[in-house]
Amino acid sequence: MSEKVAQRRRRILLMGNPNVGKSVIFSRLTGAHVIASNYPGTTVEYTKGLMRMGDELVEVIDVPGTYSLEPMSPAEKVAVQMLEEAQREGERPDVVINVVDATNLERNLNLTLQLLESGLPMVVALNMWDEAKHIGVAIDTELLEKTLGVPVAPTVAITGEGIRALVQRLPEARPGTWQFREEDRWGEVGKVVRAVQEVSHRHHTLLERLSDASLQPFSGTIMGLVVLYLSFRIVRFIGEGLATGVMEPLFEHYWRPLMMQLSHLLGSGGLIHDLLVGRLVDGRIDFLQSLGLLTTGLFVDFAVVFPYVIGFYLMLSIGEDSGYLPRLSVLLDNIMHRLGLHGLAIVPLLLGFGCNVPGVMATRVLETRRERFIAAALLAIAVPCAAQSAVIIGLVGSRGTSALLMVFGTLFAVGVVLGLLLNLLLKGESPEIFVEIPPYRLPYVPGLVRKLLLRLRWFLQEAVPFVLLGVLIVNLLYRFGIIEVAGWFAAPVVRGLWGLPKEAVAAMMVGFLRKDVAVGMLAPLTMSTKQVVIASVVLTMYFPCMATFIVMFKELGLKDMLRATAVMLIASLGVGAALNFTLLK
Amino acid sequence: MRRRMSHDVENAAEVDLTEMRPGETGTVVRITGGPGVARRLETLGVKPGVMVTKVASQMLRGPVAFRVGASQYAIGFGMARKVIVRR
Repeated sequence: MSEKVAQRRRRILLMGNPNVGKSVIFSRLTGAHVIASNYPGTTVEYTKGLMRMGDELVEVIDVPGTYSLEPMSPAEKVAVQMLEEAQREGERPDVVINVVDATNLERNLNLTLQLLESGLPMVVALNMWDEAKHIGVAIDTELLEKTLGVPVAPTVAITGEGIRALVQRLPEARPGTWQFREEDRWGEVGKVVRAVQEVSHRHHTLLERLSDASLQPFSGTIMGLVVLYLSFRIVRFIGEGLATGVMEPLFEHYWRPLMMQLSHLLGSGGLIHDLLVGRLVDGRIDFLQSLGLLTTGLFVDFAVVFPYVIGFYLMLSIGEDSGYLPRLSVLLDNIMHRLGLHGLAIVPLLLGFGCNVPGVMATRVLETRRERFIAAALLAIAVPCAAQSAVIIGLVGSRGTSALLMVFGTLFAVGVVLGLLLNLLLKGESPEIFVEIPPYRLPYVPGLVRKLLLRLRWFLQEAVPFVLLGVLIVNLLYRFGIIEVAGWFAAPVVRGLWGLPKEAVAAMMVGFLRKDVAVGMLAPLTMSTKQVVIASVVLTMYFPCMATFIVMFKELGLKDMLRATAVMLIASLGVGAALNFTLLK
Repeated sequence: MRRRMSHDVENAAEVDLTEMRPGETGTVVRITGGPGVARRLETLGVKPGVMVTKVASQMLRGPVAFRVGASQYAIGFGMARKVIVRR
């Protein structure tokens, strides 16, 4: 009977301060099967995988980084809860691998001491051993091991040095024996550090100079602009390359014949046909306008959005792993605070330029509900996704650079003004920035690849269904004529207030589904440059695409989503009218 | 309380983190404000008796970056005002 009691797999908890290389050690320890999930009831994400320990398969958990066990943030709270869960496992206790940054022994040992108090078997991985040596820090590991009473293994996670020894010492994991007075934890830590560590003098390295420069207001801003510009170029290169070079040909040559056969099979019409394949345009499937789940739905997901998402996630991961992102968030923190956000909000905003759906989902990294609302609203209103930007550039670019600048400049200004307003009008404040700025590091490529794959898988699982659902909903709205009715109501606004031709109403309606397609529908219309500018701006602002809309509902809840929608409608009415009555031609 | 004039700051023995110049080093004397702030800063190793080096501050009351030991951090202007340093 006893083995019937659902036995939980034994766990190894990787714990330590943020930025000590925990995730790289995690990559080294675990195999290919890694899952990222949210801790129940929170938006805090963690990864887990499996590894072999002796003849046992154990679960390795990359616990969110924490500076102490007196939690100050949601992520730290999760770390403490995971530790408490482990303490409840009586007979076959879980093991803690405490990853310690050898270059910063004092701060790290403060957590080590608290972990020792948990009484769980523990091993210390003294990571960044090479970097410590490099900056002139020598640590007597044997003495440290004796003092703490648990095995201490020096590691260099990035090169893999010492990982094997760490694994070999896992069976030796045991509760620590260090006796100390709790009231004077820092004093005790200081004593240990003085005993085991020797620091020799050294000079500023080139990387440190670069690091300092990237934080100064002037040089940092210039570096930031260069980095952002290059990143966008790379994203565009990857996105366009994959979209036109790989995905579109695949759809054209392999998927289209299959879909045409399906279309014949279903009798070229009828409800099922129209939902799956969509309406035929001149007897052919038009991947952008047919609106079928298997045609437009899949095409938009995989040939329009996904290539850019790959590019954006890649650059985001490089930004994180190289250590540049925290610097950028420090530089931008001030501006972001005025918009009711803080430096870290740059992540969802940047992602939104790829696709608003993962952008809105990434607002989870923000701590307060207020910040999440502001970030999501700004994203949906002022940040055009990659697909949309591409068509705007195509449509407006032919009217000259100044028209293009007008579109993106207006959107930027709208984002700033709206952020300022929301910050003023909404109750509450955004929390102050509090981040570690890790030294610049060359990203560990296998870790980077793995993180990218995890994120892409997450995108496919979480975002793709919403895009499909969006396609389905708009298809139905079309089929039952609801779009036409809405268009009839919208016509006075579109023509009178925004000064657009009546044919633009149809495009506005399609914009509920796909902003990029809607902009594309404007192309055949004869419009003045002014009209093209207004139409592009208004289309971006007035409503998020259906997929973003659904994700906003999921992330913000009904009330906040409706509030955000109201903000969008009012803002687009006002901005569209303002452009119409102030622009000359 | 009267705001200190800039020449006072130049000479004052005790300043807060926002008043230090980039590159300047000093010893933390105390953390003003509630125990919450002190505890939070302590987890980074910022506590009385510790040497801190200011790295940079951003314009218009932006965050302050500083170095303690081998690590660098950035904290908001408000919190940086509470770190009192003797140079």
